[in-house]
Amino acid sequence: MNVMYFAWVRERIGVPQEEVETDAATVNDLIAELRAREDRYDAAFADVSALRVALDQELSDFDAPLNGVKEVAFFPPMTGG
Amino acid sequence: MVVRVQTDLFDAGAELNSFAQNRTNVGAVVSFIGVVRDTKGDLSEMQIEHYPGMTERAIGKIVEEAVTRWGLVDAMVIHRHGNLKPGAPIMMVATAAAHRAAAFEAADFLMDYLKSRAPFWKKEITSSGADWVAAKDEDEIALNRW
Repeated sequence: MNVMYFAWVRERIGVPQEEVETDAATVNDLIAELRAREDRYDAAFADVSALRVALDQELSDFDAPLNGVKEVAFFPPMTGG
Repeated sequence: MVVRVQTDLFDAGAELNSFAQNRTNVGAVVSFIGVVRDTKGDLSEMQIEHYPGMTERAIGKIVEEAVTRWGLVDAMVIHRHGNLKPGAPIMMVATAAAHRAAAFEAADFLMDYLKSRAPFWKKEITSSGADWVAAKDEDEIALNRW
């Protein structure tokens, strides 16, 4: 699936998006897989309460299932307007 | 309904005139313009990042809700991204309704929701460095009004 990062999450991980091969059942499972990869992921996901997640461009929850999802995006709380 | 996400400067006066003209079923048009504010006198630039695709969808949904809930005749949102200087307009909202209460309330609702539910992130570039603007608790609390 396509995993995207925005704002300081993008800066900390170092790429705006990447293709991730995963069998993770939920967003939390995907985060656990990413954190185990490298320190930069571990640092970016250290405090999940500071993050938001969107599944296929809809705001979602960390315990949401990933089956059928093509695009996951992680970012800090939005500051529009 | 107009939703535009762009880097270009917009002409707020021209946009508002074009939004308000040739309507006979509207008694009230309300508009709001958000501007890049230099809070401490050291801001050189505000960089606004967004999530192309989700941004348009999220704004579209918020506008649709406002139109339905307040029975608006029309609504418009223009939001910029990219690098903006202090004093530059960031975004503009306009609502058109039969009566002013609906137009004002719907514009207020749109602003509250765009602030916390449209995928934009602001970074301030100042003489002392670069910092992401943190979302405020009161912005999230403001959503409970609706």
